[in-house]
Amino acid sequence: METQNLNTVNLIKLVALTLSLFVCSANAQSAQSQTVDELINIKAELASMKSQYEKRIHDLERRLATAEQQLATQSTTAQKASNPAPEAAARESNNSSYASASNRYNPAIGIIIDGEIWAYDNPDAGNIPGFTLGGESGLADEGLGIGESEFVFSGNVDNWFYGQITAAIEQEDGEFGIGLEEAFIETLSLPASMTLRMGRFYSAVGYLNDKHKHAWDFADQALPYRAFMGSQYTDDGIQLRWLAPTDFFLELGAEIFRGGSYPAGGNANSGFGTRSLFAQTGGDIGFSHSWTAGFSWLTADAIERESGDENQPLLFDGNSDLYIADFVWKWAPNGNSKQRNITFQSEYIWRQEDGNVVLPATNQALSLKQNAQGWYVQGSYQWMPRWRAGLRIAGLSTDRPSSIFSGSALDPLSHNPRIYSFMLDYANSEFSRLRLQYNHDETSLVNNQQIGLQYIMSIGAHGGHEF
Amino acid sequence: MEAMMKNLFTLFILLTLGFAESAQAKLNVFACEPEWAALAEAIGGDLVTTTTATSALQDPHYIQARPSLIAKIRKADLLICSGSELEIGWLPLLLRKGSNPKIQAGQSGYLLAGEFVKRLDIPTVLDRAEGDMHSQGNPHIQTNPHNLAVVAEVIAARLEAIDPKNGTSYQQNLSDFLQQWIQAIARWETQAAGLRGKEIVVHHKSWIYLEDWLGLVEVATLESKPGIPPSGAHLSKLLTQLESNPATIIIRSPYQDAKASKWLSEKTGIPETALPFTVGGSDQASDLFKLFDETIQLLLINMEPSQ
Repeated sequence: METQNLNTVNLIKLVALTLSLFVCSANAQSAQSQTVDELINIKAELASMKSQYEKRIHDLERRLATAEQQLATQSTTAQKASNPAPEAAARESNNSSYASASNRYNPAIGIIIDGEIWAYDNPDAGNIPGFTLGGESGLADEGLGIGESEFVFSGNVDNWFYGQITAAIEQEDGEFGIGLEEAFIETLSLPASMTLRMGRFYSAVGYLNDKHKHAWDFADQALPYRAFMGSQYTDDGIQLRWLAPTDFFLELGAEIFRGGSYPAGGNANSGFGTRSLFAQTGGDIGFSHSWTAGFSWLTADAIERESGDENQPLLFDGNSDLYIADFVWKWAPNGNSKQRNITFQSEYIWRQEDGNVVLPATNQALSLKQNAQGWYVQGSYQWMPRWRAGLRIAGLSTDRPSSIFSGSALDPLSHNPRIYSFMLDYANSEFSRLRLQYNHDETSLVNNQQIGLQYIMSIGAHGGHEF
Repeated sequence: MEAMMKNLFTLFILLTLGFAESAQAKLNVFACEPEWAALAEAIGGDLVTTTTATSALQDPHYIQARPSLIAKIRKADLLICSGSELEIGWLPLLLRKGSNPKIQAGQSGYLLAGEFVKRLDIPTVLDRAEGDMHSQGNPHIQTNPHNLAVVAEVIAARLEAIDPKNGTSYQQNLSDFLQQWIQAIARWETQAAGLRGKEIVVHHKSWIYLEDWLGLVEVATLESKPGIPPSGAHLSKLLTQLESNPATIIIRSPYQDAKASKWLSEKTGIPETALPFTVGGSDQASDLFKLFDETIQLLLINMEPSQ
């Protein structure tokens, strides 16, 4: 109101001035010198009024914009409000037409459909001498099959917590089941750059361990993970991560798990069977290069841990210590990975197992101390949008355990397990990918050529672009 | 000895506090795109340090949650992103990995610019058969300078909320910026008046706010669906369409592959050009004012060659 009154007063002034100008010009000839002075005064006054007005108009514009902004802020902070601001209602009208109030809080839902077709020239190639695999690390079934389709539900619980559930639909021995891969909550607001995660989740050790299958560059898991981690170590646990207050990225973390899955087993130590520590760093070099490197340690206690043949498993009581070094380097011209990019990735895992082993079809516990190593090196190249090709080489090696194990599944038989893989994939959009993969598998005593076709499709919530 | 240790300890504490103090002296602004960094600098002046997650040569849809970005977002006091799902592939991940409560959704340090302007192209049906759709509308709002004026207001208000003791400075900077900006808009609008109603071809739907502002008419996109790279089949269809109904220009942003627009330009004789799209998108577009100067100049040179 005050501004309006002022405006009115100024308007009257302006009119008066204009009138006086006319009067002045009419009397110009009779009182020239006086008029010149007056004119100068009037001009000055006009100029000051003009600037006042500009300022005032400018202020009004700003106030209008601020008011608009406040309206908009209300709309964003209170989309859930029962009586949203009119502007907000208009903006949201398109969305609300198909979302009733009760399901607007639905979590983000993402569905991954993964299908695989595999052909092996030697399906009975047998086991890897010196290694008995645990967890879900076997080869995919031959022939047509659905890989691992999963549902991911996620969302912020409130201002403190984020929650996520990943459920995989699996088929085992002709029977379908739902496996809970992940079900965790994570803090959003802890001080001092800390994050606490609780529930079931993939351990953050290594690089590949917490990457979901649909994010892998190859259709199957890298050999050392199959040999030492049961493909991927997932368990019920608690994780604390801390970001160092440095300009470069440095993350330190620790985990404790129940110890229910390979390489742990039997929920040792009253359900605190596995501990881990990990450190990860990384950065950019110019716009085109970025890298990450990490080192982690995982120690798993096992009670009657099964591995090898499901029907006649090898049982292990003791401790499995894993040291993992990982390195990833990515290149894209100017960092624009959509056109062209290269990824180089490598990990090395060193394992020491110490405990007692009961070999299949025996009852006797034999003392075992064995060191083993595994590594892989892989690269992929996207030479034009949509098309990528990749190569991977992986190998394992192990000590020869004491002579009581000669000829058993733990005897490496002087064999060097190796696997060479080639893949070619095509992504029509960010949400679909078709892949052809060829493995030359020398992990067993008999070579096995494997050809796989895979499709990975994602529906619903947009997945995250992990580095 | 003990006294010396005590003194050393005190010195250490003082030094640490000193560093902490100097580190806090400036507000850290994390901008997802260069235009928001430039705007934050215009309003924050010497009181802020800005970092940009993407450069003008990177497609902001396809960024990964890189370690360097996690380190940057960790120490941010204010995050400014376009929103409207432009950064959906990486921003949520960064927010979770960055362990920074100040910039989580709902905090005053979390600013999605798109929420404060009138968004265009809000789809009525969401189906990815239509390409990578943005349910909240087209996110590329920075191609209309009027939107930047509105966002500038919001940035000033947020900076003031986060750092009240420097509130007057932010408001003064804002008022200075807007005065120049409004004049510049008037100039650009006069320069571009002749472009109204002209038909254009775009690579991706990156320009609808520019079209809305200058009255340009988009008649075709090189991508058959948003996010799907231009295909031969689609381009030859466009060729037929443009032969019977020619357009005046083919435009793209600097991070989009030039091949498709060059091919179509050669076949049809319609000029093609990359517009800067954001600050740093060309050698000339080194700040927000020059960004639009350059954009308008490039349009005029290519669309009105007679002048």
